[in-house]
Amino acid sequence: MDIFLQQVVNGLTIGSIYALVALGYTMVYGVMKLINFAHGDMVALSAYIGLVLYTQLAGLGFIPQPLTVVLVFLITALVIAIFGVLLERIAYRPLRTAPRLSAVVSALGASMMIQNGIMLVWGPNILIFPADILPAISWNVAGVTITFIQAAMIIITILLMISLTLFINYTKMGTAIRASAINQDAAKLMGINVNLVIMIIFVIGSILGAVGGLFIGMYYRGITFNLGWVYGLNAFIAAILGGIGNIPGSMIGGYLLGLFTALIAGYVSSAWAEAFTFILLILILIVRPTGILGERVAEKV
Amino acid sequence: MSELLLEVKDLVVNYGSIQAIKGINFSVNKGEIVSILGANGAGKTTTLRTISGLLKAKSGQILYNGTDLTKVPAHKIVRLGVAQSPEGRQVFGTLTVEENIRLGAFTKKHADKDTLEWIYELFPRLLERRKQLAGTLSGGEQQMLAISRALMAQPQLLLLDEPSLGIAPILVKMIFQAVKKISGHGVTVLLVEQNAKAALKLADRGYVLDVGHVNIEGNAKDLLNDPKVQEAYLGKKD
Ligand SMILES: Nc1ncnc2c1ncn2[C@@H]1O[C@H](COP(=O)(O)OP(=O)(O)OP(=O)(O)O)[C@@H](O)[C@H]1O
Ligand SMILES: [Mg+2]
Repeated sequence: MDIFLQQVVNGLTIGSIYALVALGYTMVYGVMKLINFAHGDMVALSAYIGLVLYTQLAGLGFIPQPLTVVLVFLITALVIAIFGVLLERIAYRPLRTAPRLSAVVSALGASMMIQNGIMLVWGPNILIFPADILPAISWNVAGVTITFIQAAMIIITILLMISLTLFINYTKMGTAIRASAINQDAAKLMGINVNLVIMIIFVIGSILGAVGGLFIGMYYRGITFNLGWVYGLNAFIAAILGGIGNIPGSMIGGYLLGLFTALIAGYVSSAWAEAFTFILLILILIVRPTGILGERVAEKV
Repeated sequence: MSELLLEVKDLVVNYGSIQAIKGINFSVNKGEIVSILGANGAGKTTTLRTISGLLKAKSGQILYNGTDLTKVPAHKIVRLGVAQSPEGRQVFGTLTVEENIRLGAFTKKHADKDTLEWIYELFPRLLERRKQLAGTLSGGEQQMLAISRALMAQPQLLLLDEPSLGIAPILVKMIFQAVKKISGHGVTVLLVEQNAKAALKLADRGYVLDVGHVNIEGNAKDLLNDPKVQEAYLGKKD
């Protein structure tokens, strides 16, 4: 029973990362019907930028630690958001009306460029996040250990997801984003600037991905240039599980995959987690080809 | 009282290498209902999509209150006062009726209360169904929604692309009556239709498009009685 609850806590922690990163894939897919393969590498980039920022800011010596951490999050999110907007401008916008395959190739190219860029700047070897970024507190509740960082990751992720849900469902721009995902031409006829919508999508997706990347660095501590592919793939699977293009679906998919991986690791072996992940993916796609929450209402013609 | 609102001059529109609109000219005066008729593939939808900025003109001008719309991006054209209810309705199926209507007022700071009241008065069914997903409405109801959504932008010029397409006859009648009321409210209407008879009964003037050319033009009454129009578009009845 202890193992179970412990793995649930671990699963929610990993699930937070998957959910955050999955949202970036899903939002871009929703509006542009494009799989932004470079998203995972943006996540990796954010971990590196975060590490550099932390080292620099902490080195100054006069900024209180909590403020340093907050600054690292804010500045990294801002930088990655700018990168996200540039990525869209350079790699995707020129191909908006080109055949789908061109954009896919461009996405893969962007992914490799960012990955190689990271390797050029920071080298191919593993870099380690300091252990003392966050307080080394942990709580023991009924035989289950929750560390400070786990609690922080889960709470921050849930707050971000609530904010995103409120924004998408209850604001004018959020409604415009949903409309653009359904029919871009009709959205333009409403006076919606679809280019602006796409930019906002990339900004939001990049910010959530940046938070995910920083979580990866702080939680696992070791980062390598190809971490975007490892976590990106899992987050992408989470997005598909939930129904790609569907925002609550990605949240559910992320946590489901996190819990599933953690339980497999707890009861079987972490070496098998990946294989089981694909089995889960295949099973869900057999039962529900559109993913858990994909396309609830068919549009009448 | 014939003040020019929209003037289309030598408009050419291509799809790749295919010329869909081959240099057409027509105009719409303030307060009029002008109808564009024509068979399938004549280029009616292409014309409206180009006016709204969804398609780029190859050459020619679309002057609206003196501004050339061919140089304005689609989302800004709505702000200038041109709204469209597109072919096939294109309501946002997974959004509610109310969300669709509010999106119509996207360019406005707030959805105008009087306009909102007015459209629910025009189409009371939408009021009953406002919490429902738009995709679950009947075809006719979706058409009402598409028109309402366009009206929420408080346009000076309303473009309607085949509002009668695939809709039960009773609802068609209701929608044409609504168009008349909308016009009576001071909105200028450019109505594209294949239902030539109904459209010409409603319109002040009409143009007949034939594979990318304006073939016939004139007062709606004259067109109704024109043997060529009768033969091609009105059948042999009457
Ligand atoms: N996306 C497109 N790509 C290529 N050709 C197109 C495209 N859309 C329309 N066309 C062609 O342009 C011509 C005009 O089409 P358009 O849709 O404007 O006609 P329409 O008058 O609206 O017809 P309908 O009454 O059937 O709606 C047709 O020959 C059509 O095949
Ligand atoms: Mg048409």
